[in-house]
Amino acid sequence: MTTATNRPPADASDSPPGTPLESARSLVSVRNLRKVFPITRGILGRKVGEVRAVHEVSFEIAEGQTLSLVGESGCGKTTTGRAILRLIEPTSGEVRFAGKDILAMGPAELRAIRRQMQIIFQDPVSSLNPRMTVGAAIREGIAIHRLAEGAAADAKVGKLLDEVGLRREYASRYPHEFSGGQRQRIGIARALAVEPRFIVCDEPVSALDVSVQAQVINLLRDLQKERRLTYLFIAHDLSVVKHMSDHVAVMYLGKIVEQAPAEDLYREPLMPYTQALLSAVPVADPTVVKQRIILEGDVPSPASPPSGCVFHPRCHHPARDAACSKINPPLEEKAPGHFAACIKQVPTTVSWEEQLKAGGVNPPERYLPVVEQLSRH
Amino acid sequence: MNSDTPLVQPRGVAPLRGWQPSRGAAVAASVVLVIIIAACALAPLIAPYDPTVQPNILASSQPPSLAHPFGTDPYSRDVLSRVIHGGRVSLLVAVLATLVSVTLGTAYGAAAGYARGISGAVLERLLEALLSIPRLLLLIAVFAAWREVPIKGFILILGVTGWYGLARLVRGQVLALKAQDFVASAHALGATRARVIIRHILPNVLTPVVVAATLGLGHVIVLEAGLSYLGIGVRPPDPSWGNIIQDGSDQIAAHWWISLFPGVAIVLTVMAFNVLGDALLRELRPRQIETG
Amino acid sequence: MTQPLLSVENLSTWFHTSSGVARSVDGVSFAIGAGETLGIVGESGCGKSVTALSILRLIQPPGRIEAGSRIMFEGKDIVTLDDKGMRGIRGNRISMIFQEPMSALNPVFTVGDQVAEVARVHGNGSRQDAWNRAVEMLSLTGIPSPEERAKQYPHQLSGGMRQRVLIAMALMMTPALIIADEPTTALDVTIQAQILELLVELQNRLGTSILMITHDLGVIAETASRVVVMYGGEVVEEAEVKTLFAGAHHPYTEGLMNAMPQITASRGRLNVIPGTVPSPTEWPSGCRFRDRCSYAWERCEREHPPLYQISGSHTSRCHLAVEPERRAHPHLPLVEQANATV
Repeated sequence: MTTATNRPPADASDSPPGTPLESARSLVSVRNLRKVFPITRGILGRKVGEVRAVHEVSFEIAEGQTLSLVGESGCGKTTTGRAILRLIEPTSGEVRFAGKDILAMGPAELRAIRRQMQIIFQDPVSSLNPRMTVGAAIREGIAIHRLAEGAAADAKVGKLLDEVGLRREYASRYPHEFSGGQRQRIGIARALAVEPRFIVCDEPVSALDVSVQAQVINLLRDLQKERRLTYLFIAHDLSVVKHMSDHVAVMYLGKIVEQAPAEDLYREPLMPYTQALLSAVPVADPTVVKQRIILEGDVPSPASPPSGCVFHPRCHHPARDAACSKINPPLEEKAPGHFAACIKQVPTTVSWEEQLKAGGVNPPERYLPVVEQLSRH
Repeated sequence: MNSDTPLVQPRGVAPLRGWQPSRGAAVAASVVLVIIIAACALAPLIAPYDPTVQPNILASSQPPSLAHPFGTDPYSRDVLSRVIHGGRVSLLVAVLATLVSVTLGTAYGAAAGYARGISGAVLERLLEALLSIPRLLLLIAVFAAWREVPIKGFILILGVTGWYGLARLVRGQVLALKAQDFVASAHALGATRARVIIRHILPNVLTPVVVAATLGLGHVIVLEAGLSYLGIGVRPPDPSWGNIIQDGSDQIAAHWWISLFPGVAIVLTVMAFNVLGDALLRELRPRQIETG
Repeated sequence: MTQPLLSVENLSTWFHTSSGVARSVDGVSFAIGAGETLGIVGESGCGKSVTALSILRLIQPPGRIEAGSRIMFEGKDIVTLDDKGMRGIRGNRISMIFQEPMSALNPVFTVGDQVAEVARVHGNGSRQDAWNRAVEMLSLTGIPSPEERAKQYPHQLSGGMRQRVLIAMALMMTPALIIADEPTTALDVTIQAQILELLVELQNRLGTSILMITHDLGVIAETASRVVVMYGGEVVEEAEVKTLFAGAHHPYTEGLMNAMPQITASRGRLNVIPGTVPSPTEWPSGCRFRDRCSYAWERCEREHPPLYQISGSHTSRCHLAVEPERRAHPHLPLVEQANATV
């Protein structure tokens, strides 16, 4: 495994265009993260197969920035987020937070570091204990890490409620008395209580109505600015992601297939899957005539992913050929800071000779269908 | 969640499914239980006669009268006194046996829900095997073999054979709770396993346990009565509702009062426990769990 | 539009609960022409799904359609129709596609059986005919190898395939109207694109009318020709899709459009509608949106706004229609002021 070519170098991928490289110090770094779930059968759980939920995922996030993981259900984005926090134990790989190796930590050390790494959940119903008042839920982290006691802790809870836009007197109420958006604010306050530096936002707005969703997105952005938070933002809604991200990584069947600064990715998606994904988003403008790329069929089962490029059975790249089903495409730099896994998108480090050997017939070419459609708008 | 499809009911209003006890019924049930329990607890003070003394063998099987409101049994004992004292035994057996069941069932269920891999699978299979044993037949066999079972042994055996259903319930609850995000959230905050179990899992398991225990009390009362009726539960001359009914069963048509009054006591108590259990189920359940 | 296919007139569906009367749908009127796609857009609790269920009379107690409501369909009033007449309409003349394709299918029957069942219920043809037509419909909805798929169970199909099965069921009796309640909300975006394309294509081919209920303005823009915006159990704005997106009149519609993150927009702060939807048991007096509205003035509290005609077929339930100069003076909405004083 030649990790050097498979992984976007930290400096190049984490600095927004025009930013000096040294300012982009990475806070979170993930290398070759893998998570395999066994498929078991029979009364004693005999293993009959495995699901590659996350496969060789690598990325870095600079302090104060947002990397978004996007993809459709089952692509492994949620598993990635939870594996980084070790809420799910990864199968292999490396996760570093502020230089410390998270996966090597013992239970006590891990509990201590969790003060700095938090998570906000998708489901505002199941993410709060129905038997705990809002105040108790927010206080829990403060108590665990002994950050404050008694009246000082109460004051802290009150301040957190202010900060997320809720009234202080809500502290004595129970979660069921609140709407989805309010519960999501409570969940945010609970995570903020331990003063984290890094937050995994796992689809934090997908269960919310449009008007409430905008409130929560703005809140997350304000908090990031005020507290210099670093986010891993997991979402399937590409419009929301565009509003949140500095960088975007697109996942498909457990792999990152494209990764770039957000502006570049939306302006010029290079991986055919990303192109289809972007073109599928309905545009709230009836005057736009879209040339939509409609993907055929469904996402294959992660229990038996296709050989070569995992996207090849549904790919619409005009140069797609037999080589795509044989060669595992490296995530390589196609433009400065813009990484994509496609051997047919130029430039590629997979030589034409190698592709010929694998049954290739169509030489790689530049293919940008979505760009045309969006520029017309 | 984005649509208003599930919101056919306005927020916060629980949909009604079938009959549910009204608040009034729950209050009435509580009153009935308080009276029965108080009477049983204060049996020596309240009961007009000694339940085991046979004062006048000539006055056997007398119909209800002012002196004997529930009449007398074939041994001339006062049925009212026997029902009150018998209730004491029946309720004590039911409460203690249920306590044993709840303790065992919660512990086993929690362990089975928490355990992973082989040990989890073994606990689950064992539970399924236990659940397939017909309890009544097992009890009849045990007590037929152990004729001189003391009351402590009787309670223990009732308790030990009564926790499988509760264990399955608790196991299911723990499994469901483990998958909830608030448990993941607590782990993410750095909570220890013990804290997660005590603060997050147990309080949410408690409701179904309390409800199941209340409903279980009624069940054990019926079971005890059945076994005592068969003559293999609480042994005469100690009265229990079951063996009082048995005393009158030979001549049920002629001397109906002997069996009727303990029967009514059983029905009232069991119904009261059931109504109370259903009411608790509704009152204690947080609305969130309902929709989630 | 000539004689509409379906016209909903003054529909009110209220839920009489122990905690008060929830006026979930409160005086809603709209019409759908033959072959037309009408979109109903709104957020949770606006009454859009209850409206859909009312059209098929699928409201369960304590909910009921109130007196004075009329739902005219093919010359009959659905509100007063007897059960037999209603069975002749459900699944036959009007069919419905639900949001969650898994729970709308019965897990113990094959999908072919379930699609064929629709024809059997409406009692024409033999079992074999029904089965053949089911396979034909599955093929029409783009399911590959429909003969084999028909013999499979719902859990063996993906979410997108299940939604195609539901569409096949809805099309079985060639209905005049299909009510699609958030048909793509549970689906991934690439699958949503497939399903929306399929619906549009089938409509062009079969001439069925569609009532498209969604929270997603993007879905409306791409499928509907006319749109009804609902808020607080009422219609607050109605217009041709192009008119609405070119210039919404009602402040709620405006707020909704601004709050929606757009893939075509650049990164930045989103405009928000402050506060949350009020409870259907206690709608505010006057205009139901006034607490959250940045234009509201005293008239909005005093007077419940009627549907004003803005132009042609464009209507809006907002007093700005008669006092347009006030649009130049937005201010902090009431809920924001309330929060600021706490």
